[in-house]
Amino acid sequence: MSRRTLLGAGGLFAFLAIWELVARSGFIEATLLPAPSRLPATLVSEVSLGFWHQMVLASLNHYLIGLVSGSLLGVLAGAAVALFPNLDAVQSWLARMLRPIPPLAWIPFAIIWFGISETAAAFIIGIGVFWINYFTAYTAVRAVDPDLVELAASFGHRSLGARLRKVILPAAAPGILSGMRAGLGQGWMTVVAAELFGITGIGQRMNEAAGLLATEVVIVYMLTIALLYGVSDMLFVKAQNRVLRWQR
Amino acid sequence: MAAIVELQGIAATFPGADKPVFSDIDLTIERGEFVIVVGASGAGKSTLLRVMAGLLAPSAGAITHRIETRPDRREISMVFQEARLMPWRKVADNVALGLEGLTVSGTERDQRIADALKLVGLADYGDRWAHELSGGQRQRVGIARGLAVDPDLLLMDEPFGALDAITRQSLQDELLRIWKETGKSILFVTHDIDEAVYLGDRVLLLGGAPARVVRTYNVDAARPRSREGEEVGRVGAQVKADLSTLFDEGGGI
Repeated sequence: MSRRTLLGAGGLFAFLAIWELVARSGFIEATLLPAPSRLPATLVSEVSLGFWHQMVLASLNHYLIGLVSGSLLGVLAGAAVALFPNLDAVQSWLARMLRPIPPLAWIPFAIIWFGISETAAAFIIGIGVFWINYFTAYTAVRAVDPDLVELAASFGHRSLGARLRKVILPAAAPGILSGMRAGLGQGWMTVVAAELFGITGIGQRMNEAAGLLATEVVIVYMLTIALLYGVSDMLFVKAQNRVLRWQR
Repeated sequence: MAAIVELQGIAATFPGADKPVFSDIDLTIERGEFVIVVGASGAGKSTLLRVMAGLLAPSAGAITHRIETRPDRREISMVFQEARLMPWRKVADNVALGLEGLTVSGTERDQRIADALKLVGLADYGDRWAHELSGGQRQRVGIARGLAVDPDLLLMDEPFGALDAITRQSLQDELLRIWKETGKSILFVTHDIDEAVYLGDRVLLLGGAPARVVRTYNVDAARPRSREGEEVGRVGAQVKADLSTLFDEGGGI
């Protein structure tokens, strides 16, 4: 094991140890800060009651629908706006106006438009993912080296389709993919909030547990989200490195 | 010799500019000829190549191609100053760029890539990434990419301008060898007069505002030439003298 891995594991262990000590010292009430040693039993009970996988699957469902549609639409719209100056002009004030609205501010409209439904949760997750991808794709496409576009044109690749395939998409891929990765994280951050208003999922279960002061259940789901995010990010980086293996 | 491209009264104007960069350019390139364009920056040397490559429409005049068009080749291809390799493509795929729009079978495509890489001395480099190459090697790939489409005319825009002196000289000699082996016509832009008279059959000096062909020099030295040869030195001195006269007149230089 490398020194870095050892230090990383050490940091995590120290954090858990201090947490455990503080929780056991009796200075703080158990509901306010449950000891980490109580968490495995809580997890086992959540799993055996069937809640854990039900909530995880439901959240994954909202997450994936929101992530995929938000990423896809964000990249398409951002790239289109970067390619066509007129579209760029049309969006300049519109994007400034809509972008700063936090995804959670859309909750009332999500409920009015889609009801208390999975679509509503996916919509809220998708909004945050959309804007991240919109701006990174826009920037990445704008930053494509015009010399390479000219090079491709000199060898006959002049149509929009040819320019996209030969130059723009591969050249903008690193930027677009880093935007998608940021969206991946942003999506998990919105999942919990998007489910707070009664849509089945991790967020809803956390909300219920918090109401009953079952804080160890809340923590189990906090860690579940961390785990899901970690796994999805790791898988994404693996795929990203494959696509971008030409980079130094 | 037979003409392959004729330019008559060509002018080019940048979008939004009111005066052309150059005008009244007449130029005939013969098959197998090595023609050089010199002139200080701003004289539109690179712009002239872009007009010939079809990247920029001329604002006046006519270009006549006397080359048979075929679906498996491009009549004209271009080599740029910085090699302009696509970093996401391996060397062989960079060379393939021009072949991708042509009607060429997979086997022939691979053969032409291999031949072009061999011609520039990079036979074993097809599987490398661009960033693994030196500046001189990158430019060789740029030349191979230009040659792979089997053009009659190779346009070269200061291809060795960014290289160190030793690499530049060795690539000049490589280019002369390739030119002799392939019989391609070359139109080569440079601001290096020594390079111009060492390489070219004919040197055009662009100057003025808008620029015109101020003078044409024939370099009659036999090949292979010596860089210190008498004729090469004589024409070189003449071009340098004319350039400095142009400069003194403030003719757009």
